[in-house]
Amino acid sequence: MGIDILMPALSPTMEEGTLAKWLVKEGDPVSSGDIIAEIETDKATMEVEAVDEGVVAKLMVAEGTEGVAVNAVIAVLAEEGEDASAAAAKVSSGAAPEPVSEETPQAPPEAPAEPTPAPAAAKAVIEVAQPEPEWDGAMVETTVREALRDAMAEEMRNDDRVFLMGEEVAEYQGAYKVSQGLLDEFGARRVIDTPITEYGFAGIGTGAAMAGLRPIVEFMTFNFAMQAIDHIINSAAKTLYMSGGAIKSPIVFRGPNGAAARVAAQHSQCYAAWYSHVPGLKVVSPYSAADAKGLLKSAIRDPNPVVFLENELIYGQKFDVPDSDDWTVPIGKAKVVRQGTDVTITAFSIMVGKALEAAKMLEAQGISAEVIDLRTIRPLDTETILQSVRKTNRLVTAEEGWGQSGVGAEIAMRVMEQAFDYLDAPVARVAAEDVPLPYAANLEQLALPGADEIVSAARAVTYTEA
Amino acid sequence: MSTTARKSAKRASNKQFDDAQLTKFYEDMLLIRRFEEKAGQLYGMGLIGGFCHLYIGQEAVVVGIQHELETGKDSVITGYRDHGHMLATGMDPDGVMAELTGREGGYSKGKGGSMHMFSTEKRFFGGHGIVAAQVALGGGLAFAHKYNDDGGIAVAYYGDGAANQGQVAETMNMASLWQLPILFVCENNRYAMGTSNERAAAVTDYAARGKPYGIPGARVDGMDVEAMATEAAKAVKHVRSGKGPFVLEAMTYRYRGHSMSDPAKYRTKEEVQKYRTEQDPIERLREKLLERGLIDEAGLKAIDKDVKAIVAKSADFAQASPEPALEELYTDVYLTA
Repeated sequence: MGIDILMPALSPTMEEGTLAKWLVKEGDPVSSGDIIAEIETDKATMEVEAVDEGVVAKLMVAEGTEGVAVNAVIAVLAEEGEDASAAAAKVSSGAAPEPVSEETPQAPPEAPAEPTPAPAAAKAVIEVAQPEPEWDGAMVETTVREALRDAMAEEMRNDDRVFLMGEEVAEYQGAYKVSQGLLDEFGARRVIDTPITEYGFAGIGTGAAMAGLRPIVEFMTFNFAMQAIDHIINSAAKTLYMSGGAIKSPIVFRGPNGAAARVAAQHSQCYAAWYSHVPGLKVVSPYSAADAKGLLKSAIRDPNPVVFLENELIYGQKFDVPDSDDWTVPIGKAKVVRQGTDVTITAFSIMVGKALEAAKMLEAQGISAEVIDLRTIRPLDTETILQSVRKTNRLVTAEEGWGQSGVGAEIAMRVMEQAFDYLDAPVARVAAEDVPLPYAANLEQLALPGADEIVSAARAVTYTEA
Repeated sequence: MSTTARKSAKRASNKQFDDAQLTKFYEDMLLIRRFEEKAGQLYGMGLIGGFCHLYIGQEAVVVGIQHELETGKDSVITGYRDHGHMLATGMDPDGVMAELTGREGGYSKGKGGSMHMFSTEKRFFGGHGIVAAQVALGGGLAFAHKYNDDGGIAVAYYGDGAANQGQVAETMNMASLWQLPILFVCENNRYAMGTSNERAAAVTDYAARGKPYGIPGARVDGMDVEAMATEAAKAVKHVRSGKGPFVLEAMTYRYRGHSMSDPAKYRTKEEVQKYRTEQDPIERLREKLLERGLIDEAGLKAIDKDVKAIVAKSADFAQASPEPALEELYTDVYLTA
């Protein structure tokens, strides 16, 4: 029984080609790897190698034949010890380059007759987050900066696999003093100063996570993580999926995000929308010190890669934080930080403060605003937003980043999809002006959204514009 | 360049390998060769899609290095031309071939494809599609070995093209600074896709790329498995003993195009033919085995037959294994805590 040699495809899109030249003739012995023919497409000329060994029993397609279909039999090999003429005789005489005869041992892959609808029920991938446990114990007034440090220290005490790496995190005690004291307590093995080489250390951190450690990678600011975004997305976020679940990347990428003060466009960008675009990542951006601590502890314990977006301008703000080293806040759960009835305002990170300020101003104007601190951007807690919108029938989204393809755009879409009938006004977005952030104090102030803009938006959606 | 590069490769006397080791080299290289030929054939039949980068010609590199590693203790990571590395670390050919055909029985359940397979058991960490990403990730594997003080080392394989990426330099710097146990293996097959070394690098001495960071390096004839294993043994010893990283540049050659759809117009047929006939690592070892009387034609034939059977079985498995269930679309995106 002869071995059929089929017309190969040179690319996923090739359907036919020209058999340009035979480099063997009938009766020639061939072995694996021998070049037996050249074929051409409109794009390329390629050599065909023999995979099996034997004697060329019959060439089925003449040199120069055009339009030879992929998988058509182009030659027959007689196997070792087989009579070449017998093998050739098995081939029906005068066979044209018909595709795939009955004797062809391997049929081309079957295309499904029609696309099978994907099972809808299987879509829920992320577990539903439970609200954080009620805390009725003692509270300690803590800055966001200290809360972040405490979260890291507690988790490092609990788990030797947890370590911190980044620029100036050790001996300098943190560029923004977030890691103050950690080197003293945990030593240079676990608190590691890196050179200024974000792509490299993000890759080293991710590799260490794949090997079973629990790295916390600090970026001096997230602006510099653009140098490392390939590892955050292609290596950390996608490898679990690409490995069919075999390789885990339990890593936290953290650091200040968004505008600071008077540092101009390259140092003043919000990346929440960027990272929230990517399945496989979780994206967290807290406001209060309690949430910063509780969420960072959850992020360190999470088996998935987490992008943890902080804000330099609120590092020094003080909040009450539960006095416990095991109290955590679940990722994926928003929090209603102010109850209201007339309009819902969503915000995260520094914008929560501005939203609360706006709510006070609105109250003085007779408008009751409900403020939701999103806390997690991915997975987004749509349910908490919907519940509020069903009550207030109006929504303003606030974020410090640009509006286009922003977090507010996503929220507005979800509310339109899932609560359209509850809306009494179009959703309003408050975001940065659509320009790179300027340096000049007056222009910077003009570009960034504040409480006034939120108030205006709230009055617009409540049809109470002055 | 072909001959000058080869001449400058180390010509030190080889380590002595016993009969069984030499025969094993032959078997391992032949398995990769035949496996890749079969993959090429299945690609031609439309059973493998997308990108498919074959390792034919470079077999001696990975076989020589892997021989000096402790599988399951040491970590291995590579780029997208990775089928040979998987086979050399002892991964199951059935699972590798089934991943190529995108089937449920593949190492990544059909969700990764040619460039993305992993084995925690063998400590094989992929299979990465972004050129040079595996070098920084490999630095992380080495970091973990040092952090855990477990005696293992990491080997990061990359090509001459990847050598020019900034993150390779970044990783070398940190690996040396922190004395990480990592062996950098630059597989110099002379072309980064269609761009030759000379057209891509101001200085093509990739073994010396560690020098600015205090990392020693050596060049070795990557078409000679005994030379490969000899130099690998020295390099691995250096790294394992805590002396920090080492760069090994293997001078090799790929016979096929960069990927299946590459007509390889950037080099002459004569050049390819010269390597095939004069340098082929499998043929060279075969001749040595016969010369030294370690095996006869019948013995070689028996090996050939066994290897073919393994490859044929993998091809059958890769076609018989079903496509992944539709529910698999949504799995492995997140782990639950």
